[in-house]
Amino acid sequence: MALELMLEKSSGAVSIVQIGATKEEGGSRSHGVKIGGQKALPFLFAEGAIPHKPVVAYEVWDIAPTDWPDALINSYGNALKDPFSWVQLCTEKYKAELLCIKLQGAHPDFGNKSAEEEAGFICQLLKKVPVPLIILGCGDDAKDNLVLPACSEAAKGERCLLGSAVQDNYKTLTAAALADGHSMVAESPIDINIAKQLNILISDMGLPLERIVINPTIGALGYGLEYAYSIMERARLAALSGDKAVASPFICTVGQEAWRAKEARVSENEFPAWGAQAERGIIWETVTAAALIQAGADILVMRHPQAVENIHRYIKELI
Amino acid sequence: MFIIGELINGMYKNIGQAIKEKNKALIQKSALEQIKAGADALDVNCGPASGDPVSDIQWLVQAIQEVTDKPLALDSSKPQVIESGLKVMRNNAVVNSTTADTEKLAALVPLAKKHRAKLIGLTISAKGIPQNKDQRLELAANIVASCVEQDFPVEDLYLDPVILPVNVAQAQMHDILESMREFKIISEPAPKCIVGLSNVSQGSCNRSLINRAFLVMALGFGLDAAILDPLDKDLMDAAITAELILNKNIYCDSYLDAYRKK
Repeated sequence: MALELMLEKSSGAVSIVQIGATKEEGGSRSHGVKIGGQKALPFLFAEGAIPHKPVVAYEVWDIAPTDWPDALINSYGNALKDPFSWVQLCTEKYKAELLCIKLQGAHPDFGNKSAEEEAGFICQLLKKVPVPLIILGCGDDAKDNLVLPACSEAAKGERCLLGSAVQDNYKTLTAAALADGHSMVAESPIDINIAKQLNILISDMGLPLERIVINPTIGALGYGLEYAYSIMERARLAALSGDKAVASPFICTVGQEAWRAKEARVSENEFPAWGAQAERGIIWETVTAAALIQAGADILVMRHPQAVENIHRYIKELI
Repeated sequence: MFIIGELINGMYKNIGQAIKEKNKALIQKSALEQIKAGADALDVNCGPASGDPVSDIQWLVQAIQEVTDKPLALDSSKPQVIESGLKVMRNNAVVNSTTADTEKLAALVPLAKKHRAKLIGLTISAKGIPQNKDQRLELAANIVASCVEQDFPVEDLYLDPVILPVNVAQAQMHDILESMREFKIISEPAPKCIVGLSNVSQGSCNRSLINRAFLVMALGFGLDAAILDPLDKDLMDAAITAELILNKNIYCDSYLDAYRKK
């Protein structure tokens, strides 16, 4: 008798989130990026529809990063000093279809830019680049509560993805996303129970679950990747069995975590046996991203263009 | 758990009256209330007072289908009433119910198959209600065998061990619970298990509490579905919590709300 594979059919599906609104949809983006909609675990095409591929968002800051390792700095050169040149490089040379703008400059310790300045920056950015935007705050709750609503308003109707809401600070951002027609990133500290709770709290305020993307918080390869993997897998299995409260697509900050790893940062002089630092970092970012795609990641926020290229090739080969 | 709301039953005075007067609004209100409270499907029973159940069931089904596309469980001991209801059914259907008697199985299994309906099989026969676990399993096996013979998908079969009131048959309660677990090993794929919950507290005090305790225990023994009163919030909360403890749902602080958002 021929071997027959057991196929699991799911009753639930991951919700579909669109980032970016075109002119016809009330925005000014050249295209929208759709993520989610899976009715099966990653790459199990025989078990259910997988309508949208994972996408890469290039990470861009509003200020020049000071602590990025040489391998990253060299890949962008002087463009890092000017966010507009930086995004131009990403969209024109590297053909980025999605940008993740991190408003690091608003942080009290890194420039303390005002809400007006950041809103102005977003306004200009929207005029200069046509791709959809993810807009992330600086991580300081009090400051983000001033800056993000202003940026949300500046991007009204563009259907951005705003973040990040956390369990102790989600109301201001939710109200802004609701008022201006954006979707939201809900971030939880590698904790499935908090991820679910935060989705419920946000949806209780009136933002549909279908406009939430979960940032499950990840660790890079060797730094907790397997914990993130298991949390994502558990949420995805629940989503496929019909639990809408965790049926959100995932966004993973791959670049941020991978380039923090010792293996990506230390110089060849310190560890001659490890080989060239430039290559190690790219490998670390590539491998972390590849593993997270297997766990169900929908958006990979990445830094090194070579790592992005590797991942694009990987996605193309598998899907 | 698959929850079938039990309240559209002519045995209840208001529903009986509404059927008599063809008061569609009252039926529709009850349907929507039950769905809002968490019913996944609705039981539809004309009740003993209906003079013409073959026609009344059609009226009920059509009235309910105007306001919801949830599955409807056509509840009658007469196959011709169920058949009549199926004729006007647009929503998914549950045939409620067959017994283990040959003539019932011969009439209702093909009917359920034809309409791609789920089928509830009561482990009773013309000989009466079984008195112990072994008798229940024997009747269950007969029903499963008949489904297999007639090519009806066993995973769409819901076996009902038939709960007796706790004040009548206290000694049987443990057997009833045990038989649910054993129903599952009759075949592969396994049949599902359902109960008509409120029978357990018939004629007792503390009906809601007895229902709740039995339901939680039955879930522990592998219950998949129940016909119950979804407006009993404590009962629903207990069921949701029991499923949480059985790891069917992911915990969060608002897990009761989360379940209801499903």
